[in-house]
Amino acid sequence: MNILVCISHVPDTTSKINFVDNDTKFDLSGVQFVINPNDEFGLTRAMWFKEKQGAKVTVINVGGAETEPTLRKALAIGADEAIRINTVASDSFTVAKQLAHVIQNGGYDLVIAGRESIDYNGGMVPGMIAGLIDANFVNNCINLDVDGTSATASREIDGGKETVSTSLPLVIGGQKGLVEESDLRIPNMRGIMMARKKPLNVMEPIDNAAETTSVKFEKPAVKEAVTMVSVDNLDELVSLLHNEAKVI
Amino acid sequence: MSVLVYTESEQGNFKKTAFEVASYAKAVANQLGTTVTAVSINANNTSDLGNYGVDKVLNINNSGLNNFNAKGYAEAIKQAADQENANVVVVSSSADSKYLAPLLAVSLNAGFASNVVDVPNNTEPFMVKRSAFTNKAFEFTQINSEVKLIALLNNSFGLVENNTDTLAEDFSPSISVAGVSIQSVDKATDKVTIADAEIVVSAGRGLKGPENWGMIEELADVLGAATACSKPVSDLGWRPHGEHVGQTGKPVASNLYIAIGISGAIQHLAGINASKVKIVINTDPEAPFFKVADYGVVGDAFEVVPQLIEKLKTFKTQQ
Ligand SMILES: Cc1cc2nc3c(=O)[nH]c(=O)nc-3n(C[C@H](O)[C@H](O)[C@H](O)COP(=O)(O)OP(=O)(O)OC[C@H]3O[C@@H](n4cnc5c(N)ncnc54)[C@H](O)[C@@H]3O)c2cc1C
Ligand SMILES: Nc1ncnc2c1ncn2[C@@H]1O[C@H](COP(=O)(O)O)[C@@H](O)[C@H]1O
Repeated sequence: MNILVCISHVPDTTSKINFVDNDTKFDLSGVQFVINPNDEFGLTRAMWFKEKQGAKVTVINVGGAETEPTLRKALAIGADEAIRINTVASDSFTVAKQLAHVIQNGGYDLVIAGRESIDYNGGMVPGMIAGLIDANFVNNCINLDVDGTSATASREIDGGKETVSTSLPLVIGGQKGLVEESDLRIPNMRGIMMARKKPLNVMEPIDNAAETTSVKFEKPAVKEAVTMVSVDNLDELVSLLHNEAKVI
Repeated sequence: MSVLVYTESEQGNFKKTAFEVASYAKAVANQLGTTVTAVSINANNTSDLGNYGVDKVLNINNSGLNNFNAKGYAEAIKQAADQENANVVVVSSSADSKYLAPLLAVSLNAGFASNVVDVPNNTEPFMVKRSAFTNKAFEFTQINSEVKLIALLNNSFGLVENNTDTLAEDFSPSISVAGVSIQSVDKATDKVTIADAEIVVSAGRGLKGPENWGMIEELADVLGAATACSKPVSDLGWRPHGEHVGQTGKPVASNLYIAIGISGAIQHLAGINASKVKIVINTDPEAPFFKVADYGVVGDAFEVVPQLIEKLKTFKTQQ
C-alpha cells in the first residue's frame, strides 16, 4: 500500500495567539510549532499499516521552508520520505489542489489527513482532496482497517458512531481513535539520525488562484470578570441564568 | 441569483440547526436583495421552513438518500444550486454538513468559509467573520469566487422568525453510486447529543468516580441538556468516549455550558470556547476555569448539584 499522510504544521495548543501588522498576520514570536494532533494520530496509524501489513509512507506539507523541522519529525517517527510543496498555504482550496496534483501523479492508494487543523480549523482540505481526485472519503474517521483494496472505517457521528465499508483509493479525515494517545511515538535518537538521511523533496507549486483571502484577525472582546454566586444562594444563580444570561 | 440553504433533517424531522441556517440565509438574502431556497432531503413536512423566511423549498424524496452519504447529498445540493442559480450556499456545522461541504465546494468551484459566526460584513467584496485558532480568535475571510459556500457555526446566529409564503417544489437530482456504504450505526437515540444541545452539562475528575454521574444526568434531564465530560474521565472509562470534549474531543458551541469538577485546562477550554455562557462549579477558587467562566460557584459538587437540581425543578414548575 502506498500511503500519503498530509501534515499540517500548527502552533502548539498552549501558544499565545496574537497578531501583528495591523492584525493581518499571526504573530510567530515565541510560538512552538508541532505536527497537527489529528495528523499525528493518522501518521501513527500509517506506521501501524507499514509494520503490520507492509506499506510505504510518505508525508507531505504545503508550506514554506519553516515547516521542514515538522516534516523531519514525521520522518523520525518513521515515515519513509517527505515532500514539501513550496508555497504559502493561504487558502484551503489551493492547498487541496496542490495536494491533489501530487496524489494524482504519485499513485497513492490511501491518503490520510486530519479532521481539521487546530490553527485555522478549516476542516476542509481532506474532503476537497477527495472531491478533486474523485476518491472515496470518510470524515471524522476513528478506525480504519484495510484488506487488499477493501476498507472498513468508522466515523464519529453526532451521538455515536457509524461503521462503513468502502474501497481504495480512499481519503480520510482522521482523528483520535485511529490510534490512542498511548500509541503516539516520541522520536528516539536512532529515528532522528535516520530522518536526516531520508529524502525530503521540495516541489514547486502548480499555478492556482486562491478562492478565499484572509483579510484580518480579531481577538474576542476581553471577558468580564466572573460573577460569583455563593453556595447558599443558588436561587440567585437560577435567576441570573433566566433574567441576565437568558439561557434557561 | 439566490441564496440556497441545506436544511438538515433526521428521520423526517428538521433539526434545530435547519431553522438556524434558514434564518441566517434569510439575513444574507436581505443583504443581497434576493430570495431563499431551501433544499430538503426526505423531510416529512417542510411547512415550518416558512416561519424562518424560506421562499421556496426543493423537496427531494429519494429512498437512496435515506441514509446519509456525503457524496450523494453533495450531488443533490450541487444540482439544486445550479437550478436556482445560487451565488451563496449555506450549510450548518453538524458532523454531516461538515462532511459534505468540502465535496460541495469542489463541485461548485466555490470558495468555502467554515465556522462562520455572523452575516457578511460586506457583500462587495464578500467578507465573513469566522472562528479560528480553536476559538481564540476570529478571522475575516474574503470569498473571491462567484459561488460562495458558508458553513455556519451552530448557535452563533440563533433563530429569527420571518413568516413567509413558501412555495414547495419536488426536485429529483440524479445521484451516482456512493462508494461508501453503511454497515452499522451505534447511536444513543434517547439522548440529546452534544452537537444539537443548547445546554451541555459536563463533569470532570472532581466527581471522583463513575458511580457519581446520577446527579449529572439528573441535572441534564431537568435542563433538557446533553451530558459531556473531560478527557481523563473518558480515558478512565467512567464515561463513553463520545462525551469527551476539548481539543482532542468534540467541540461544543452551546448556549450554556456547565462545568462541574473540571479544572479548565487549556486543551479542555479549546473545545468549549465557542459556548456562549459558562458556569463553573469547583471546590478550588484558583481553578483556571473561573477565569473564562461567566458564573462561578466555589463549592463541593456533591453539595451544589443536588441543590441546584431542586432549585431548577422549582423554577420550571413556576414557568
Ligand atoms: C495533547 C493534549 C490534549 C488534551 N486534550 C484534552 C481534551 O480534548 N479535553 C480535555 O478535557 N482535556 C484534554 N487534555 C487534558 C487536560 O490537559 C487536563 O488534564 C484535563 O482537562 C483535566 O481534566 P479534569 O479537569 O476533569 O481533571 P483535573 O485537572 O483533575 O481537575 C479536577 C477538578 O475538580 C475539582 N474538584 C475536586 N473535587 C471536587 C468536588 N467535590 N466538587 C467540585 N469540584 C471538585 C478540582 O478542584 C479540580 O479543579 C489534553 C492534554 C494534552 C496534553
Ligand atoms: N498546508 C498543508 N499541508 C499539508 N496538509 C495540510 C495542510 N493544511 C491542511 N492539511 C491537511 O488537512 C487537514 C485538515 O486541515 P484544515 O482543512 O486546514 O482544517 C490537516 O489535518 C492536514 O492533514
